[in-house]
Formats: sequence, C-alpha cells, structure tokens
Amino acid sequence: MGFLDIFLVEALINGLLLGGVLALLALGLNLIFGVIDVAWICYAELVMFGMYAMYYFVSVFGIPLWFAVPATIIAIGVMGVLLHVLVIAPLLGAAPINQLLATGGVLFFLQSLATVVFGIDFRNLGIRLPTLEVAEVFISYARLLAFGAALSGMVALYLFLTRTYIGTAIRAISQARQIMALMGVDTRRIYIITSAVGGALAGLAACLLVLQYDVHPYVGLSFGPITFMICVMGGLGNMIGGFIAAFIFAEIISVGGLYLDLEWGYVFAFVFFIGMMFIRPQGLMARRS
Amino acid sequence: MNRSLLWVIAGVLLVGMPFVYGAPYPMHIIITILIWSFAYTSWSMMGRVGLVSLGHGGFMGVGAYATALLWNNLGLSPWLGIPVGLVCAALLALVVAWPCFRFRITGHYFALVTLALSGIVLQVITATRDLTGGSLGYTPNRVPGGSSFWAFQFTEKHTWYMIALIVWAAGLAIWYAVERSMLRYALEAISEDEDAAAAAGVNVTLEKLKITVLSAMMTAMAGALYCQYQMFVSPDTVSGISVSLQMVFAVVVGGLYVALGPTVGAVITILLGEGLRIGFGTSAVGWDNLIYGLLLVVFIIFLPKGILGSIMGAFRRAPAKAAA
Repeated sequence: MGFLDIFLVEALINGLLLGGVLALLALGLNLIFGVIDVAWICYAELVMFGMYAMYYFVSVFGIPLWFAVPATIIAIGVMGVLLHVLVIAPLLGAAPINQLLATGGVLFFLQSLATVVFGIDFRNLGIRLPTLEVAEVFISYARLLAFGAALSGMVALYLFLTRTYIGTAIRAISQARQIMALMGVDTRRIYIITSAVGGALAGLAACLLVLQYDVHPYVGLSFGPITFMICVMGGLGNMIGGFIAAFIFAEIISVGGLYLDLEWGYVFAFVFFIGMMFIRPQGLMARRS
Repeated sequence: MNRSLLWVIAGVLLVGMPFVYGAPYPMHIIITILIWSFAYTSWSMMGRVGLVSLGHGGFMGVGAYATALLWNNLGLSPWLGIPVGLVCAALLALVVAWPCFRFRITGHYFALVTLALSGIVLQVITATRDLTGGSLGYTPNRVPGGSSFWAFQFTEKHTWYMIALIVWAAGLAIWYAVERSMLRYALEAISEDEDAAAAAGVNVTLEKLKITVLSAMMTAMAGALYCQYQMFVSPDTVSGISVSLQMVFAVVVGGLYVALGPTVGAVITILLGEGLRIGFGTSAVGWDNLIYGLLLVVFIIFLPKGILGSIMGAFRRAPAKAAA
C-alpha cells in the first residue's frame, strides 16, 4: 500500500507541475478572449510552432538556450500579431462565429504547414535534465523548471496588466469595449499588443513543453482540447477561474493516467467537465446572479 | 412546375449515370462525394441556425465504430448495428448538448465544448486499442465471397452508388423537411435572440436538442456508411477535430444557407484532394489540408455565403431574405 502511495504522491506532484503550464496556456487564451472577444482555436498550434522553433534554434543551429528562449517567445508573439492582423482584424465586424471558424482554418493551415515543412517525424531537444529525489519521490527538473517559469510568466503578466498604462487599458477594454473607444483609446493598437502578449505566452509555454515532450505536427491536438475545457470551465475570459481549473484538470489527467492509460486521464477530465457544467455552468468563479 | 420537372430530370440522370458510364475509379470518387455530402448536409442543418458544432467528428466516429464493433464481436448485422450506432450518437449528443443548452452555453462556448468532445472521442478510440485497434484502424470482418445483403457488404460499385445516392437524397429531403417545419422558424428565432424567442413561447432547449440529435444521428449514419464502404476506419479519418473542421470547411466553401451547398463543398474538397494526390503523389502529403485551411480563411473573409450561396444570390438579385 505504501508502495502505491508514493506513486500517487508522484502523480499528484506531476499534476501540480503540469497544471502550471496548462494555466499559462489558459491564461493566454483567456486574455485574448477577454480583450478581443475571439477564441483562438489554433492556440495550441502556435505552441507547436514554438516547440519547432526551439528545436531548430537549439538542436539544428546550436544557439544557446539563453538566446533561443527569448527568440522563440518573440517569434510566436509576432505570429500572434500576424494572426490578428491577417485573419481576425478583417473579421472584427462579422458574426463572432466566423472569427472562430477562421481560426479553425488557421489550425488546419498551421498543422499542414508543419507537416509539409518539418515532416511528420517526432523530434526532441535531446536535453535530459536530471531528476530530483525527495523522500523516494522522483520529480524531473524539467517539470519543476516549467512550473517555476510558468508561474513567473503569470506574475509578469499580472504586473504588466496592473502596473503599466497599456495593461490598464487592456483591462479596461475587456470590461467595456465601446466605451473605451469613446474615451480615446486606440482599440486597434491595444488588440495588436494583446495578440502579441497572447502569442508570447504561447511561445513561453512552447519553450517549457519542449523540455518534456517530443514535437510533431499534431502535438497541438494533445493539449489543445484540454486547454479549451479549462477555459470554458474557468469561465472564458476569467483568468483566476482558468488558473484554478488548470490545476484541477492537470491533477485529473495525471492521477487518472497513473491508474490507466494517459488517454483515459483525458476522458476522465472530459467526464468531469461535463459534470461540472451541470453544477457551475457559467464557470468556476462565476458569481450567481 | 418547371422546378419539379428539373428535379425529375436530375433524378433520372443521377440514377441512370452508372449504367452509361461506370468506370470504377470515377464511381469511387462519386460514392465518396455522396457519403461526405450527406455528412456535410447534416452539419449544415445545425450550422445554419448558429449552432456551430465542432463535435461532429465525434458523432461520425461513434456511428462507424459502433457498427463495425457490433458486427465483429457480436455478429450483429449492420442492419441492426447502424440503428444502434445512431442511438449511441444520439445519446452522446444528448449528454453533451443538454447541459449546454439548459445552461445557455452558446456561441464560442458551445463550439469549444463540442471541440473538446470530438477530441475526446478520438482519445477514447485510441485508448481502447485492445478493442478498436487504436490508431492503427479497424476493419469489419469480410463475409466469404465479399458481398452479402445481411452483412451490408457489397463488392459492386453500382450497388454502393445506389445506396449512397438514396442516403444523400434522403439527407436533402430531411433538409427540406426541416426548412419547411416550425422547427426552423423556432431555431431562426433562437439564433437571433434567445430571450425574445423564449418570451414568444419557444421552448429553446427542446428545439435546439431536436436539431442537434437529428444532426448527430445523420452524421453517425454517414460514419457507418463510410466504414461499410471503405471496409476500414481509423480514428483520424472518422473522428477528431480535423474531421469536424473538414465539415465546417466544406460547408462554408459550398454555401451554408442553401440545400446543395454542402454537396458543392464536398465536390470541391474531394476533387481538390484527389487532384493533388494524382498530380503530386506522396509529395503532396499535407498540401491538401494546407490549401483547405487557407481557403477556409479566405472564404470566411471574402465570401462568407460560399460558392453556391453567392452564385444563387447573384442570380436572384434580391435581398438575402427573399428566399425565406
């Protein structure tokens, strides 16, 4: 029995660490949804491109990590801006569902682009970080690092949103879209900055995920759906709700995957999600009106 | 009068076509187009009233796998297995859609929830690999001799053509039946304003559930048919997010608001895919989806009514609402 418990503890800790990265992804998606009122279906595919960027920077071109990580974050930030300018901006006046479907088209496009350009082989950085042993529980440094970096990223975003002028404008827009334009705020500029920040968060998540997982063109499908569930359960646009939901889901996947296959972990997460919709349909943190 | 004559001529031409020209490869393409057109039509019935589901890949997978699994493991004929598959898809649709509708999860939320659904069906098929063969795919057991009415297996392309044609025509008939029903008025009212529709006495949840279950069952039917025709299914071809998006793409390109729009979309997408495959061979892997994705974005931005919808709109030279 004690034997099992250690694995359980390990799974719980791994779930906690996975939750950090998922929370980061959910945060990026929520930020974009809250401000621009668009759900980027292709968000996980941006992460996939980030993972490829890291792979090429580090393994192919031999660029040191301290340079590759910021470069990846900036590159995906630029991708976010391009996505907004080329796809979302022309559709801002159209029915909201059209924007969602257009990003679905981008998902298709990015996935196939990766297949065509990078091929379907699984690739990894080939960096094996050591594992930490605490009282017979093994924790990989890669996950610890990912957790730490994800938390710092979130703190940085929080500071940006609360302490800077642009951050304040971003929060204001998410509260009252029309009014802010009347107040003389250039919404176009704010949207572009938000898209850049959203993309950069995906880039950061990519840097952290590539330490633990192989990258291939369909890698986005393995954590895309879970990110959407987290966002819906947390309440789209609600960052604290998404943060909490990310950890709940990560624990379900991690502990579920301990007893059965990892796929079953995802299935449990979905069943839990459907169940939660009955209990808190407006998201975890919704106030009852 | 003129119109019904046109329908009769079209019907005779379609039924008679294989007897005049029935080379196997073009027949295969046409059968594939008909089966997918049926699936796309079922998606469009929800999509046109603002219920954008990205979970139809899941329903299709349920229909295909339920039928094949029942046949292989219990020897249950697809004549019974397909209805069971349809019921399973309907139940899945109810379980997911009821809380969504009951608690007013619409628009983005609904799309994301159903997106997760199609992802999860894919995961379940992959996870139960002892039963379903996982990502390697699954083959229904062939009957000796290849053709059997009881086993719903036919080697003749002509037979399949007739089956696919009947199902496709039935799909269009259902589309028109919905078009003329009170259900459509209720759903259009709901898509405009849920509160106002509810205030006018429309049972919002019930009406939405009706069309969702109908659409899910039709999609499952398409999945079962596809499985019986190809005699092979894999999770990637009948379930998952890419199949769901493929449906969206074809319908948007063809035309969401016209009956034959999904069919036009199926013709374009399948011919495009085949053309690329023949023209470039294996080096074209990925290129078809690359072009689909790009076209989807371009269409949504510049031609949101789709090809057929825009052509018909131009011919009518009347406001969009004139058709209603």
